[in-house]
Amino acid sequence: MTPDNAIVAEGLVKHFGDVKAVDGIDLTVPFGTVYGLLGPNGAGKTTTVRILSTLLKATSGHASVAGIDVAKHPDEVRRVIGLTGQYAAVDEYLTGRENLDMVGRLYHLPSDYVRRRGAELLERFELSDAADRPARTYSGGMRRRLDLAASLVGSPRILFLDEPTTGLDPRSRQQVWEVMADLVADGTTVLLTTQYLEEADLLAEQIVVIDRGKVIAHGTSDDLKTAVGGDRLEIVVHAGSSLDDAAEALRAVSDGGSSIDADTRRVTAPVSGGSTILVDAVRALDDRGVKVDDLALRRPTLDDVFLSLTGHTAEEAEPEPTGRGRGRKGA
Amino acid sequence: MAIIDARHDVPVMKRPALGWFFHDGFVVTRRNLIQTIRVPELLFFSLVQPVIFVLMFAYVFGGAIPVPGDDSGSAYREFLVPGIFGQTVAFAAAASTVGLAEDMHKGIIDRFRSLPMTASAVLFGRTTADAVRQILVLVVLSITGLVVGWRINDGLLNAVLAYLLLLLFAYTVAWVGSWVGLYMPNPETANTAGLIWLFPLTFLSNAFVPLAGMPPVIQTIAEWNPVSSLVLACRELFGNPTGLAPYDPSAPWSLQHPVAYTIITCVAVIAVFAPLAVRRYRRTTA
Repeated sequence: MTPDNAIVAEGLVKHFGDVKAVDGIDLTVPFGTVYGLLGPNGAGKTTTVRILSTLLKATSGHASVAGIDVAKHPDEVRRVIGLTGQYAAVDEYLTGRENLDMVGRLYHLPSDYVRRRGAELLERFELSDAADRPARTYSGGMRRRLDLAASLVGSPRILFLDEPTTGLDPRSRQQVWEVMADLVADGTTVLLTTQYLEEADLLAEQIVVIDRGKVIAHGTSDDLKTAVGGDRLEIVVHAGSSLDDAAEALRAVSDGGSSIDADTRRVTAPVSGGSTILVDAVRALDDRGVKVDDLALRRPTLDDVFLSLTGHTAEEAEPEPTGRGRGRKGA
Repeated sequence: MAIIDARHDVPVMKRPALGWFFHDGFVVTRRNLIQTIRVPELLFFSLVQPVIFVLMFAYVFGGAIPVPGDDSGSAYREFLVPGIFGQTVAFAAAASTVGLAEDMHKGIIDRFRSLPMTASAVLFGRTTADAVRQILVLVVLSITGLVVGWRINDGLLNAVLAYLLLLLFAYTVAWVGSWVGLYMPNPETANTAGLIWLFPLTFLSNAFVPLAGMPPVIQTIAEWNPVSSLVLACRELFGNPTGLAPYDPSAPWSLQHPVAYTIITCVAVIAVFAPLAVRRYRRTTA
């Protein structure tokens, strides 16, 4: 029997003492998609991934990966998944090649296959030149790439990437994104956690927003933006003294008031009606003699989504309980 | 251009579970031993400490510690070297404790636990590598011993038996050390709190001083301390002064049959701590 979905979670709950790290999460991830798990630090993203990848047992609830129950048959699940955690889990004393070789052997793959696959991955992640150097001589970005390569040695059908680009330089981040695109093109299912809203926006077909251990929204990036409301008109006035006039001008064209950020001399208003609204806005501002430095119509970002869903921005971090209090967060 | 060929029909090898256990254990052992080669300074300093102990005890304390039967300094040095052997292999546990704490901290254990490998192989690989590393340590220590006047006086076969007993003991404490390491919240704690038990274990013994001079309660503890029986067994097998009267019918069983007592203790400790450590490993989260 072929399962319909790559990952299914029903009512997942995980308590660490009194802390409810995960408080009833449901997920359905179809095969061959990139699914984004979006939320601030402490939302329960990592805990969810750790349960799904067999590292933690859920307090209650049920989860299956590739149709296999993660609690009952963790070893079967481990055969079909790859995991890259938040910290580059590579052995710094082994060379890049030896790291991949070790992981491949522990996946119980034939040694000639492991060798070929390792060389392929080193090439793909531009690590061939450093392949025979101990990983401790690698830069942070190189280690993350090696870590990602390690999770791909077994050609997993389902890949868990827990904040794969946190702390990466733009170039390494771009590389990781390209690799993910390749993987999905080849039919791999990816569950991606991120606190970078642009990353979820760019990569994930479906996004689940979680906060304080609960799913607070899900859908495509467009769905979520539409849920927040339409477009936003944003202006920056030339002089702080004209902020009130500008706010009044925008109220005239807006769907619901306007808001002022005095520090940045910015006035924002939700609007609808496309580009004709810009003309109306300029006219209204001109009537009141407001000089404008910048004026733009933009679609809401996932930051707006987050703010409107939770009342706080994604950056307002809370420490995520790891269950052991290792203090490894926020590296 | 997709260079990554994410084939999902990767070849899978079939083997019985026990076969995979040895395969995975070997892979992890090799990984841990490579570390020894790649960080020569770590090995160097782990060798320097016991060598300094030999020199210090032999020349600083040696004159003040009488060995029954012989008052000359050379007798103490022959008495001392097997004691340092015992103390050194007991500290093999430190490598296991710190090594596992570091692997947890760096997320390596998470990686292992997400792989379809035999779970217990991580610990078998750890303990085996830590015991194997002691072979090199014993070679260096033996050479140092020979330099300060220690000798193998009772034949090669007995000497080999003594070395094997020392390695069995190293392997045993490595299991205890692994179990301790899996409870350590970070490598720094492992390096301090995680090693505390090793000091009473090695000092409440006959490793450095004869048992006869100890206060009664301490003496009883030391008599039944497996480090004492290990060291005594080595002294007998190497033909070195034992620090005991030639035959004392009132001596406890552990001292009358040191080889047997050491082996029994080791087997019992492994039988208890290996399952405990494996159970802890399965539940551990970094």
